[in-house]
Amino acid sequence: MEKWYLMTIVVLIGLTVRWTVSLNSYSGAGKPPMFGDYEAQRHWQEITFNLPVKQWYFNSSDNNLQYWGLDYPPLTAYHSLLCAYVAKFINPDWIALHTSRGFESQAHKLFMRTTVLIADLLIYIPAVVLYCCCLKDISTKKKIANALCILLYPGLILIDYGHFQYNSVSLGFALWGVLGVSCDWDLLGSLAFCLAINYKQMELYHSLPFFCFLLGKCFKKGLKGKGFVLLVKLACTVVASFVLCWLPFFTEREQTLQVLRRLFPVDRGLFEDKVANIWCSFNVFLKIRDILPRHIQLIMSFCFTFLSLLPACIKLILQPSSKGFKFTLVSCALSFFLFSFQVHEKSILLVSLPVCLVLSEIPFMSTWFLLVSTFSLLPLLLKDELLMPSVVTTMAFFIACVTSFSIFEKTSEEELQLKSFSISVRKYLPCFTFLSRMIQYLFLISVITMVLLTLTTVTLDPPQKLPDLFSVLVCFVSCLNFLFFLVYFNIIIMWDSKSGRNQKKIT
Amino acid sequence: MAALTIAAGTGNWFSALALGVTLLKCLLIPTYHSTDFEVHRNWLAITHSLPISQWYYEATSEWTLDYPPFFAWFEYILSHVAKYFDQEMLNVRNLNYSSSRTLLFQRFSVIFMDVLFVYAVHECCKCIDGKKVGKELTEKPKFILSVLLLWNFGLLIVDHIHFQYNGFLFGLMLLSIARLFQKRHMEGAFLFAVLLHFKHIYLYVAPAYGVYLLRSYCFTANKPDGSIRWNSFSFVRVISLGLVVFLVSALSLGPFLALNQLPQVFSRLFPFKRGLCHAYWAPNFWALYNGLDKVLSVIGLKLKFLDPNNIPKASMTSGLVQQFQHTVLPSVTPLATLICTLIAILPSIFCLWFKPQGPRGFLRCLTLCALSSFMFGWHVHEKAILLAILPMSLLSVQKAGDASIFLILTTTGHYSLFPLLFTAPELPIKILLMLLFTIYSISSLKTLFRKEKPLFNWMETFYLLGLGPLEVCCEFVFPFTSWKVKYPFLPLLLTSVYCAVGITYAWFKLYVSVLIDPPVGKTKKQ
Repeated sequence: MEKWYLMTIVVLIGLTVRWTVSLNSYSGAGKPPMFGDYEAQRHWQEITFNLPVKQWYFNSSDNNLQYWGLDYPPLTAYHSLLCAYVAKFINPDWIALHTSRGFESQAHKLFMRTTVLIADLLIYIPAVVLYCCCLKDISTKKKIANALCILLYPGLILIDYGHFQYNSVSLGFALWGVLGVSCDWDLLGSLAFCLAINYKQMELYHSLPFFCFLLGKCFKKGLKGKGFVLLVKLACTVVASFVLCWLPFFTEREQTLQVLRRLFPVDRGLFEDKVANIWCSFNVFLKIRDILPRHIQLIMSFCFTFLSLLPACIKLILQPSSKGFKFTLVSCALSFFLFSFQVHEKSILLVSLPVCLVLSEIPFMSTWFLLVSTFSLLPLLLKDELLMPSVVTTMAFFIACVTSFSIFEKTSEEELQLKSFSISVRKYLPCFTFLSRMIQYLFLISVITMVLLTLTTVTLDPPQKLPDLFSVLVCFVSCLNFLFFLVYFNIIIMWDSKSGRNQKKIT
Repeated sequence: MAALTIAAGTGNWFSALALGVTLLKCLLIPTYHSTDFEVHRNWLAITHSLPISQWYYEATSEWTLDYPPFFAWFEYILSHVAKYFDQEMLNVRNLNYSSSRTLLFQRFSVIFMDVLFVYAVHECCKCIDGKKVGKELTEKPKFILSVLLLWNFGLLIVDHIHFQYNGFLFGLMLLSIARLFQKRHMEGAFLFAVLLHFKHIYLYVAPAYGVYLLRSYCFTANKPDGSIRWNSFSFVRVISLGLVVFLVSALSLGPFLALNQLPQVFSRLFPFKRGLCHAYWAPNFWALYNGLDKVLSVIGLKLKFLDPNNIPKASMTSGLVQQFQHTVLPSVTPLATLICTLIAILPSIFCLWFKPQGPRGFLRCLTLCALSSFMFGWHVHEKAILLAILPMSLLSVQKAGDASIFLILTTTGHYSLFPLLFTAPELPIKILLMLLFTIYSISSLKTLFRKEKPLFNWMETFYLLGLGPLEVCCEFVFPFTSWKVKYPFLPLLLTSVYCAVGITYAWFKLYVSVLIDPPVGKTKKQ
């Protein structure tokens, strides 16, 4: 590529922003007794380093599961162990059993931040760069601009480098998976995706589109011939990678079951804290959590999720295409986020990742979605004292998107990919010509609401009777936006292939 | 929606670049800040709570007011905004006070004042002739120049991490340069006079201004061969120029003259009691001189030419500003440095007088003045290299020869700023930003001049690549070796001497190119 230096610049900008954000506070800084996610990650290093594998997921006198017990799949545990070895080399106090609880120091913060940066640099960033280089039908300049926007996405930066988590690892593996599957390296793709699931169980949000896409590919090749061979190969890859990751836990049945119980804590309820999904928003009007018994909640959320993602998945099996695959990733992840059981506010990143991937195809809507997704994290970010970096990175991201895609000029029906939809609606409603303008106004309303709500949250104190008023409002507004996006993405998926078929007929 | 489109500027790359770097500056707010932060807080307090007559006498803090009066007035105005942030920072006795609001206010005041710098860069970009306009936006000289100026590494770390107000001062300088390019000489002279009364370090480049204005503005015509036509001298222009400079100076120094405090003000502005070099040697001629002295003294000790008892124990870079006795070579006096500086500046001034080449010639002379004073000045700070780098950026996008000198100068000059930031959290920032700027400047200028001969020869390439291993040795390997206790100053010494070589080379090369360049009349004939 002749513009390699611009790509380097883009990566360096991404890294600089990441590191400057990491100079800020992290979750639970100086807040005993529980601290926050930062302490959780440190505690996992302590546990994995000092205890034998068999005790990692079990409650014991050395491993109090009530205090940030390990509840992520084995790959996270191995990663913690690796970091713990480095920590041990630098300063053994950081991971000493029991005594290191709540350890905080400048040097330790620096170490933890560096581990995030290294993981990001090794897994997520190369995947983004490679993905943008592999994009078809766009100029080199656009590819670089695309990489810049993806790398500047504020949600991921703020959660990983501000709040403190390792989302870039699981998302990075998922991205490698997408990359592999779209480039027809199906085995490598599924291997990468298995690693993603084994790093963070939330990656299951993406699993259905992967499954459907690969299944669709097998069907397309013919289940009796090559397709069957591919299917067997894929199955073997998946099973093998899972077995490898879970090897120490397969020795006893109880081990495996305990890990699973830790990964899927069904008794923790329909939702926790404030999440911008349906259940939390609906909770404003009706306290579902208290009215319905737990198993009904579980079934109900399962049914809703399943129904909302079914059409897109069926479509993908019948007509597997890498474009449809990306859109289905978005809509499935969004359905999971909105309807499923026990969702965290940070899970919105799982939706944002595939949205980043379609940034070059529908820049206007993607930018809008990514802004809303960052906004939905506002209560969390405020709690971590990350207001300043949030505002700054969001603005930087917005400016990057506006300048590299000139998004405000791309609001025609064609560019919103709604052409075929509005044509088919116009058959019944000839006056349906206001779609593009309507979406522009919706965008304006949505952005103004978000700005105003941010301002009020930051400046005003909530009334004493309703201490959570603003955070509930933030969640409610974001949830409304997300519902709109769910409808939009489903429309695109459903009408997309039709237009494709029409074009084929014409040509 | 249309308004939004215009405001956000689709394709308006300049505002995107400016906004982008402003946001980056906002992200740098929580980084480390040096004692200069306290210096400026103290000045806020002095100007706010004391009468003018006390400004240059107050000495509660060791960081006394040592900038010219306009800067003091600037702090005075700032302090009236500061009181709405935190009244406590305006107390003279509140030494080393830095509440989070104080931090926010001071950092934002620097970021806000940079608006002037952005405007100046915008004006400078207009002066660049766009003959070589490529198809791609990223290959246009204007685009490259605005990145080189707006995203300048040195300015970013000195102003927004280390903490100083260089941005708007350089803004004033670039704006006055732009005005000279636009033939608005009076405005240019006025802006530069104002600038001098903000920070007197710009006196270094005053000769270039003086001679250029005299030669190209006061003499209205040239003979056909480019030499001076004495009868075209315009008294009106000289007098009006003099009047502008005089009025600005009167406004600035007048009150102190009335109070009979001028000697005190000047003694604060020019503290010759400080040593030849700063705690960390700026990479100039004296760094090489000191380095040579060290080497000779070590060799002398080894070969027993020197008596160990006669050698002063104080090491030069132990971190204190102090007088330093050379062991082998003769010690340097302020007068000697002054003479060296004048001798170094003179040829470029002669060039400007006898071979006038319009604003471009002026700019080269200005850069040479800045570089020469950096090379030979007394108690030069490493930050002063920006005085040469920023004007040189304007030259770099117009000629391949200048571009190659610029790249050597910038890369070594910027690297020599590394010791300013010595804290661990800032280490990745300075490396990343340095890489960002260096890779961009080298690659973009290479693309711009790809049809001409390569910008670097093998020796220069080798030298620049050597900065990488030097950084690794100084900051990653050295702290883990046993020498750390024995020779703590060694990394600084190495950095300083290594960079001094590059900067001396760039200075020399620029001088040669200025001296052998044919006058403008001849180039046109060719």
